[in-house]
Amino acid sequence: MKTCLVVDDSRVIRKVARRVLEDIGFEIAEAADGMEALAWCRAAMPDAVLLDWNMPVMNGIEFLRQLRTEPGGDAPTVVFCTVENNVDHIRAALEAGADEYIMKPFDGEIIAAKFAEAGLL
Amino acid sequence: MTPEDMDLLAALGRARAGLKIDVDKTYVVESRLAPLARREGFDSIEALIATLRAKREERLIWAIVEALTFNDTSFFRDRDIFAHLRDTVLPDLSKARLDQPIRVWSAACSTGQEVYSLAMAAGESRDVEPGARFEFFGSDLSERCLEKAQSGLYTQFEVQRGLPIKQLVKHFNNTDDTWEISPRIRQSVRWKRINLLSDLSSLGTFDVILLRHVLDGLEPSLHGRIIESLVARLAEDGVLVLGPDDQLTGAAATLLQAGDPPGVFVRGPAAREAAA
Repeated sequence: MKTCLVVDDSRVIRKVARRVLEDIGFEIAEAADGMEALAWCRAAMPDAVLLDWNMPVMNGIEFLRQLRTEPGGDAPTVVFCTVENNVDHIRAALEAGADEYIMKPFDGEIIAAKFAEAGLL
Repeated sequence: MTPEDMDLLAALGRARAGLKIDVDKTYVVESRLAPLARREGFDSIEALIATLRAKREERLIWAIVEALTFNDTSFFRDRDIFAHLRDTVLPDLSKARLDQPIRVWSAACSTGQEVYSLAMAAGESRDVEPGARFEFFGSDLSERCLEKAQSGLYTQFEVQRGLPIKQLVKHFNNTDDTWEISPRIRQSVRWKRINLLSDLSSLGTFDVILLRHVLDGLEPSLHGRIIESLVARLAEDGVLVLGPDDQLTGAAATLLQAGDPPGVFVRGPAAREAAA
């Protein structure tokens, strides 16, 4: 079973995302900020990361840049999931190594479609 | 709505546009007519239907028939088909059409995502001959769908169905939650209201015709006739693309032979001879 780390400071969003991703066959781990997410990744690299942008302690883009420099950090498929919807943010995410990008609000259909596009399904 | 109302609507949809309307699915018809009733200033769907019965006005009849069509679509729907068109069909045609444009027709284009996806895919094909020219056409029965298609404006929800994020930032710009396709892509498509039951012979010839996720909403007894009139518009070496689950029976099946992936058809030997 593929693993997905859900990184979001909102417990509600993590819960919604967990339900959607479990339905499409992922095993879920959760982190509330980029620092917690890095700790998870250093212990065990997930197959996928669903990543919020604005979070306390370490935000999503800082986490992603750091992740891509870690040993094995190239491997996870990273899908941003954020309210930031301007083209500059999306370009910055892609440059930092994001594979796909979801603009909130999202639903199960969008997550499944984007995970398919990122080659995860 | 009464069963008599449903019978009337189903008969109108069938006679005017070949629509297959299940008279037991009142809720489906109500959900499609409610926005029209509001726009036309009626208090209810019942009031709309009462006026339809009383006046039999052509404009209102067509507004109702258009509202009854099923318009669900998305960018790059059935991704394999678009990869096949980009990597095989369009490159082959570009070699065969050195000094002529390659004409591509989305024959029930709804709100335009299918033909815009093709325009994006054609521009990204590595194997299309340099200098190849494409002409894209989108047609639909619904004037409202065509207006939206032509505007090139999509909601945030629509651009997240099927459109890879790299294509989104390459071809679109947004103001808040509204995304606008680039003028270059938008201007590469021409639009026209076409009823597929009408005489199509004045439309010329096309190299690729798409009729995907459409037959399912049309009366099965009309499928053969519609396919035949599309095949008559297909270049000798043209390609007809149907939905992945569309099955051809009767005369239509003898006109065409299936290619790969599912849904891709070319003329059968007899039809090829007749076209030559």
